[in-house]
Amino acid sequence: MRESGALKLLTDTWRGRFGVAVILVAVFVSIFGTLIAPYEPEASSLDVLQPPSLDHWLGTTESGADVFSQLLVGTRVSVLVGFAAAIISAVLGSMVGIASGYFGGWTDRILDALENWFLVIPTLPLMIVLARLLDPSLIVLIAVIGFTSWAGTGRIVRAQVLTLRERSFVERARALGAGDGYIIRTHILPNTLPLIFASTVLIIAVAILSEAALAFLGLGDPTRISWGTMLQNAFDSGAPSAGAWWYVIPPGLCITLLVLAVSLLGFLYEEYINPRLRRES
Amino acid sequence: MSDGVKTTAVDPSAGEDLMAVEDLSVHFRQRRKVARALDGVSLEWRRGEVLGVVGESGCGKSTLARAMLGLQETAGGEVTLHGNEATGKKGLAELRRRIQMIFQDPYQTLNPRQRVRAIVTEPLIVQNVDRSEHTERVRRALGDVGMDPDRFLDRYPHQLSGGQRQRVAIAAALVLEPEGLICDEPVSMLDASVRSQILAVLLELQQRRNLALIFITHDLSLAWSLCDRIAVMYLGRIVEQGTAVDVIESPKHPYTQALVTAVPVPTAKGREDRELLKGELPDSTRVPAGCRFNPRCPRRFEPCDKVDPTLIDVGTSGHKAACLLYDPAAAEGGAPAPGYSDTSGEPG
Repeated sequence: MRESGALKLLTDTWRGRFGVAVILVAVFVSIFGTLIAPYEPEASSLDVLQPPSLDHWLGTTESGADVFSQLLVGTRVSVLVGFAAAIISAVLGSMVGIASGYFGGWTDRILDALENWFLVIPTLPLMIVLARLLDPSLIVLIAVIGFTSWAGTGRIVRAQVLTLRERSFVERARALGAGDGYIIRTHILPNTLPLIFASTVLIIAVAILSEAALAFLGLGDPTRISWGTMLQNAFDSGAPSAGAWWYVIPPGLCITLLVLAVSLLGFLYEEYINPRLRRES
Repeated sequence: MSDGVKTTAVDPSAGEDLMAVEDLSVHFRQRRKVARALDGVSLEWRRGEVLGVVGESGCGKSTLARAMLGLQETAGGEVTLHGNEATGKKGLAELRRRIQMIFQDPYQTLNPRQRVRAIVTEPLIVQNVDRSEHTERVRRALGDVGMDPDRFLDRYPHQLSGGQRQRVAIAAALVLEPEGLICDEPVSMLDASVRSQILAVLLELQQRRNLALIFITHDLSLAWSLCDRIAVMYLGRIVEQGTAVDVIESPKHPYTQALVTAVPVPTAKGREDRELLKGELPDSTRVPAGCRFNPRCPRRFEPCDKVDPTLIDVGTSGHKAACLLYDPAAAEGGAPAPGYSDTSGEPG
């Protein structure tokens, strides 16, 4: 019953359809991109910076590689980094936020200080420093983005848990002799999920953008093509000033579309999980 | 029932007590000050009895309920269930099986993400009741509070009215078949029409199952109509207790007298002997020296700001009040009662 309600929201609204379509395509391409790419993504040729043609749908790069193929192959890194980093961030943020809000006292004070520290430190410079210190690789990228972006989620979750902790249904469960684990699982977490999800959605977006930014600055995984490294190469080779829009716009547009799709699904999810936002049928 | 002042731990009536609290104190630390939410409360709750706890907001009624259920850290005193201490792992487990609580706000008392089925089943899960009994007991509990299980089991709280929510909360409290139910202002947030229905449900259950009730309320006439016995609280202490008839019809403590006269009566003239209380309930971080009611008391006299009165017999069948008017020995002797005095507690 719950599942059909969720499906209905996804299939009956344009936001749901758009979000699902973009994400399905992105996930499909990130899995099979290497197989459907018409050219070897890094194969150089003599057709340097050619505009779109029948041979090269999105033109070619400064080294004569096919932009369309790079775009398809690069999807994997953006999707992987975006989702994996957001999951790390959501898990960290909700664990810290719940522990901090639920247990209070010294636990709260220490975790809160940690949270403040991460909130105050500018994230991008921190990411750059961390990514520079560690050898750039996909795992490092995911870890760096995940570990630097959980503080906002932690703060939101903590605030929600502070109010939930005082509700009488939590008190009632305590009066029944329920343990902390049970109360967190059945009363705190379900009432915090929409917030966790909503902020995780934003973090997916931030993570995709951060990956692009780090790659753009040359801190991405050098062995893999991503939308960010495509932009980096484009700018390094002076493609924008050469008028090679086909090299700049596709990766930028892909980043934007994916971020938009993820956000729309996030809002729909919130509507679904919060019964009050749901329309009575 | 014992009429004498309780002096020893072994009370002859202990066998009849469902629960008893002895000299219970709860302190809240607020920066450097300490709020004495409960300040030496002793009370017996007998089996099958409807006990009213009345008093103004902030007098410690809810804190008493929470402390009795072990939800509140206490600064001193003892809570017993059937004469056994209700603390520690074992004592608390026993307490939580036998005593349940329902809360004031029907909009906060149910988890918005749980269906009625899950809400009423929760106590059975927490108390490890055998799974095969769940459905049957949940349906019976809902039936007991006048809700059709088939219609309501799959609803969410937001699909219920305030009265229905409170019924669900009562059903969830009853599903473990407790011996006692502590009701913290269970109807104060409901409409008048729904209010009487909920009260009827509670009283019917009380009679049918010999369920003991504690009824926390600020509504004196409600307490009078429902309760067997009443305890009146003021600023973290019980100032008067006795049968409902004694306390309401012949109140002894000036505070109770003021509360009783403040109850509106439906006559054209109203009351002539009406003496309304002046001032406000003091902050519980600054409990007045001597009798804690003395700054507002219309009948205060010489020793009232020096001697802290204790509960003494003022009538038959356990009618007690904590007032120096009835305790000439303490008033004259000027012996400081063993209470607290925060600011200038020198004996006179």
